Amino acid sequence: MIAIVDYGAGNISSVRKALEHLGAAAQVTSDPAVIAAAQKLIVPGVGHFNRCQVLNQSMRSPVLEAIKSGTPFLGICVGMQWLFAGSTEAPETPGAALFAGECSRFPASVKSPHVGWNQIEIGSGSRLLKGVSNGAFVYYTHSYRAPVVAETAACTNYGGAFSAAVERDNVFGVQFHPEKSAEAGLKVLENFCAL
Amino acid sequence: MPSEPLHPSKPNPGFHSDRRKPSLSGATRLAKRIIACLDVDAGRVVKGIQFQQLRDAGDPAALARAHAAAGADEIVLLDITATSDGRKTLVETVRRTARELFVPFTVGGGVRTLEDAARIFDAGADKVSINSAAVANPALIGEIAARFGSQAVIVAIDARRGAGPAEAAEVYVSGGRTATGKKALAWAREAEQLGAGEILLTSMDRDGTGAGFDCALTAAVAGSVSIPVIASGGAGNAQHFVEVFSAGQADAALAASIFHFSTPNFGANPMAELKQTLLQAGIPMRWPC
Repeated sequence: MIAIVDYGAGNISSVRKALEHLGAAAQVTSDPAVIAAAQKLIVPGVGHFNRCQVLNQSMRSPVLEAIKSGTPFLGICVGMQWLFAGSTEAPETPGAALFAGECSRFPASVKSPHVGWNQIEIGSGSRLLKGVSNGAFVYYTHSYRAPVVAETAACTNYGGAFSAAVERDNVFGVQFHPEKSAEAGLKVLENFCAL
Repeated sequence: MPSEPLHPSKPNPGFHSDRRKPSLSGATRLAKRIIACLDVDAGRVVKGIQFQQLRDAGDPAALARAHAAAGADEIVLLDITATSDGRKTLVETVRRTARELFVPFTVGGGVRTLEDAARIFDAGADKVSINSAAVANPALIGEIAARFGSQAVIVAIDARRGAGPAEAAEVYVSGGRTATGKKALAWAREAEQLGAGEILLTSMDRDGTGAGFDCALTAAVAGSVSIPVIASGGAGNAQHFVEVFSAGQADAALAASIFHFSTPNFGANPMAELKQTLLQAGIPMRWPC
C-alpha cells in the first residue's frame, strides 16, 4: 500500500487518481501509524512552502523514520522541495535537509510562476525516470525551485538550471507534476510503484 | 536562448552517458500551451458563436480525454449553464471528466464563492477560472489563492474595445452582457496583485469570428502583468496561433470549436496539424505528445 501523505496540500486527489489508473493501492492519510506501516510514501504538494509546517508538526518523524528504514519515498513539487534544507518562500519552516541547499525564487528575468510544459535533461542510471525520453515534456507550476545538487537526476533550464528530479537510494523527488504530465508523468509514477 | 526547440527524439549533444548527473546544456524550453476549451451547458459540450447560437458537440469527459490524447496541453471546462437546475450537474460533470484526465484541468463558469471553488477542486480540477465573481468580489481571488495556491486561480477577463486602442478595452461580465466600466489592463494588474496565477483573456470582438486572436490586446495585457496570459477568442487557423504567440506574446492560447469540428482550415487531426505548423514557425511546442 502506498500512503499519500495529507498535510493540506492541494493535488492529493490528482495523485490518487493517477495511482488508481496504474492499478496501485493507495491511501490518503495523515495518521503517523499508517505512514509508519506504509510500503511506499508519497508526499505531494503544490502551492506555498509554509504548508510544510503541518507536515513538520506530526508527520515529520514517522516520514523520516520510514525513509531511514528504506521505505521508498517520492516527494512531488513542494514535497520534493521539503527534502532540501528549506525555502526562502518560508524561511521559518525547515525542510528535511536530506539534500543540501535551499529552494529559492526564480530570478526576475523570467516570468514567475513557471507554468506549463518544459523539458527535462535526464542523467544516466535514474530508476525513477527509466523509460522516459531525454528531452521529454513535463508539466510544472511553481515560483520556487531547488538547486542542482550531486543527487540531481534531471534538470530543467528556466532562468538557470534547477533540479527537475532528485534521487538517492530510496529517496526520490520531482519538481514537476507527474500526475499532470500525461504519458511521461504516468511512466514516472509507474516506475515508483514498481520499486 | 537556444534558437531551436530541443526535439525529444534527438539525442542531446551536450549529454554524456558516463555521467550520472545531467549535463547542463541549457537547451530545455518552456513550451507555449494549446488549451482545448469545452463549453458545457447542463452537462453537455456546446460552442457558441459570440456567446449565442449554441450547438451540441458531445460528452465532456469523452471529449476531454480525446483532446488530451490528440495533444492538447490543457483542458478548460467552462460552464455556461443559465438555469440553476442545470448548474447542479457541474460538480458531477467535473468529477467524471477529471477521473481519467492526466493533463491540467481548469473549470470556470460555476465558481462564485470559496465553497464553490473547494467543491470543484475536490471533484478533481487543478485550477478554477473566475470571471464575474472576481469583478463583483475581488477579495475572492485572494481567498482561493490563500487556500489552494495562486497556481490554482485563473482570472478570466472578457474584454471588448471595438475600434479603440488596446488600452481602451473594457471588461464585461455575465457572459459578455454587462459592461463594468473597468479597463482590461488595469483589472489584469489588479488581479495579479490580488493573487491570480494566470490571466485568461477573451477578446469579445473576435470570439467566434475565426478572424484571428486580438494580438494587440493580448500583447498589451501580457506586457502589463508578470503572470502567464492565455489568449482566447478568434482562432480560425494555425497562422492565428503563430501570431498570438509571437506578436501577441501569449503564453498559451485557448480555442474550442476548431478542435471539435472539421473546418476548412483543419483536417482530421487539427491538434497535430496546428502543433506541427507552430514548430515549423519556431514556436516551442510539446510535440510529439
